[in-house]
Amino acid sequence: MNGDIGLWAVPLAMLGGAIRVSTPFLFVSLGEVITERSGRINLGLEGTLVFGAMSGYALAFLTGSAWIGVLAAALAGAIFGLVHGLLCSLPRVNDIAIGIALMLLGTGLAFFFGKPFIQPVAPDLPAINLGWWSDLPQVQAALRVNVLFLLGFVLALALAWMLRRTRMGLILRVVGDSSDAARALGIRPARVRILATAFGGALAGVGGAYLSLFYPGSWNEGISSGQGLIAVALVIFARWSPVNCFFAALLFGAAGALGPALQSVGVTSGYYLSYAAPFVLTLVVLILSSSKSGALTGAPRELSITK
Amino acid sequence: MLKSLTRRHFLSTSAGFAGAAALGGLSGPARASGDLTVGFIYVGPRDDYGYNQAHAEAAAVIKAMEGVTVIEEENVAETQDVQQTMESMINFDGASLLFPTSFGYFDPHILEVAPKYPDVRFEHCGGLWSEGMPTNTGSYFGYIGMGQYLNGIAAGHATKTKKIGFVAAKPIPQVLLNINSFLLGARSVDPTITCQVIFTGEWSMAVKEAEATNALADAGVDVVTCHVDGPKVVMETAASRDCFICGYHANQSDLAPEKYLTGAEWNWATVYKDMVEKTLAGAPIDNFVRGGLAEGFIKMSPLGPAVSDAARNQFEATKAKILDGGFAVIEGPLKDNAGNEIAPAGTAYEETDVALESMSYLVEGVIGSTS
Repeated sequence: MNGDIGLWAVPLAMLGGAIRVSTPFLFVSLGEVITERSGRINLGLEGTLVFGAMSGYALAFLTGSAWIGVLAAALAGAIFGLVHGLLCSLPRVNDIAIGIALMLLGTGLAFFFGKPFIQPVAPDLPAINLGWWSDLPQVQAALRVNVLFLLGFVLALALAWMLRRTRMGLILRVVGDSSDAARALGIRPARVRILATAFGGALAGVGGAYLSLFYPGSWNEGISSGQGLIAVALVIFARWSPVNCFFAALLFGAAGALGPALQSVGVTSGYYLSYAAPFVLTLVVLILSSSKSGALTGAPRELSITK
Repeated sequence: MLKSLTRRHFLSTSAGFAGAAALGGLSGPARASGDLTVGFIYVGPRDDYGYNQAHAEAAAVIKAMEGVTVIEEENVAETQDVQQTMESMINFDGASLLFPTSFGYFDPHILEVAPKYPDVRFEHCGGLWSEGMPTNTGSYFGYIGMGQYLNGIAAGHATKTKKIGFVAAKPIPQVLLNINSFLLGARSVDPTITCQVIFTGEWSMAVKEAEATNALADAGVDVVTCHVDGPKVVMETAASRDCFICGYHANQSDLAPEKYLTGAEWNWATVYKDMVEKTLAGAPIDNFVRGGLAEGFIKMSPLGPAVSDAARNQFEATKAKILDGGFAVIEGPLKDNAGNEIAPAGTAYEETDVALESMSYLVEGVIGSTS
């Protein structure tokens, strides 16, 4: 606990914050990319995330294994996704309305079942110390990387490859771009979308488990500060590309760390403004990347917002 | 936003459809079990290791009293929601004594609802009741700044970097008094100690609290305390960064026994028991109730294993002085951290001084700003 690193603390905290805070954004947005690429929007991921956080924490506490918690969260998330997918496959059902309903249901159920698990302390997910080469405790703390973060990075690459190079990716894209074309190819769009939504839900559940099992690492009713909702917006921001999602999540994490970091080096006034940094940043990037001709470049054609 | 769909909310909106008679039937059995129905309203979950838990533990004591029925509702936002919760507790559950416990419930919500129900007593935690406000409202609070001063003494002995840290929610007077007291306690050990404060801007925002704690540790802080609703995240994160911790609101020593120095805890059972007993006996309750260590409104967690003998001696001696009464934390000569004089030499503000409840400054040595 020594070494005053002065203003270097700010970029370092942003790096650390990017790694610590980004993982839930990453998982939720990766899941949503797959769901939206199939032509559906699942706005209920906030509820899935909160339920994942609760079920992950509960199972980790009951079994003593954080990894079983992660699996439970993924399973619970997949069930939520499945429900969304099945309901939206009924005629005249709007995916956005179902999403909002499931968001409320997810948080409500999580609060209800989560009551007995606010007090107990569950085991944490392991972290890998990539800062071993440095003597500075600040660097070591910033580079304590959770396994799920690395997994998310690999997953982003794998999903990008899957979408571009595999038959499965092709099917997903066809279904997302034109139901008619998909049917002509003998694909059943509803089935693909249900599976894609279930997959998206599973990843959102894992994102929630990261919140309760690693950072901040405990279950309570205020655990999510809207990560599930922001991540859905990140997908649009990332133009439906898994690799872009990774960078968008990092950027958001880093911007979120700006507020506390500035205060810690003595830039103390206007902290409400620095806390708004992630949202200002989103606006700026959206404005810079917008164009009159291709505002929704990359958007799947079957999405209800583009139709 | 998501919290707006509460049970009471649902009840009160569905009342129009169900008809008042049916609901009257529903609330009948609840009222029959006691002569007095007391309603507790919390802004967060009851078991948050913090502010709400401190109140809920006291509510549990009230529940055990003869002739009293306790109803509770959690996660009620400091918005129109709390007005609906209060009205439905009064109309549907027959509550005649209400404890809406969160700071933001008082003005304007309690002040708006209270004149409509002159037979109901509204007791608010932390508000500043003053002449001219409805006479069926009252405010109570404890001098927990003294607890943070004692925390500061333990912290002042434990710190090696001479930098201690405070994760704060919002810059309201009670929070500022806690920050200032924590630093002044530490400075009574070593006047070179500084206190870094980080405001999160929210009473409960887990990720921000964790980030703030990490930022403090990065800045070289090695003892951390906080004033947020649920200190669990701050305590766990600080302990994982090898910092000592001082608790707040409730006893958090279970979370990291080796790192826990001591903590400033509420003891609301004293207040609630007294108020409920007075209500049952038909005796009046003062509109403005305050108390500290001596009155049993607050208490300190037992000192942890990391507290040195020197720290223990100073801690106990100061505690005895506080118990005797007349002890002042804010004492001249004292400047704020912008260099303005706030107390000239020879002036002292005792814990009972109401001027402390409109504090708007951070004292010299606190690194931070209120806006």
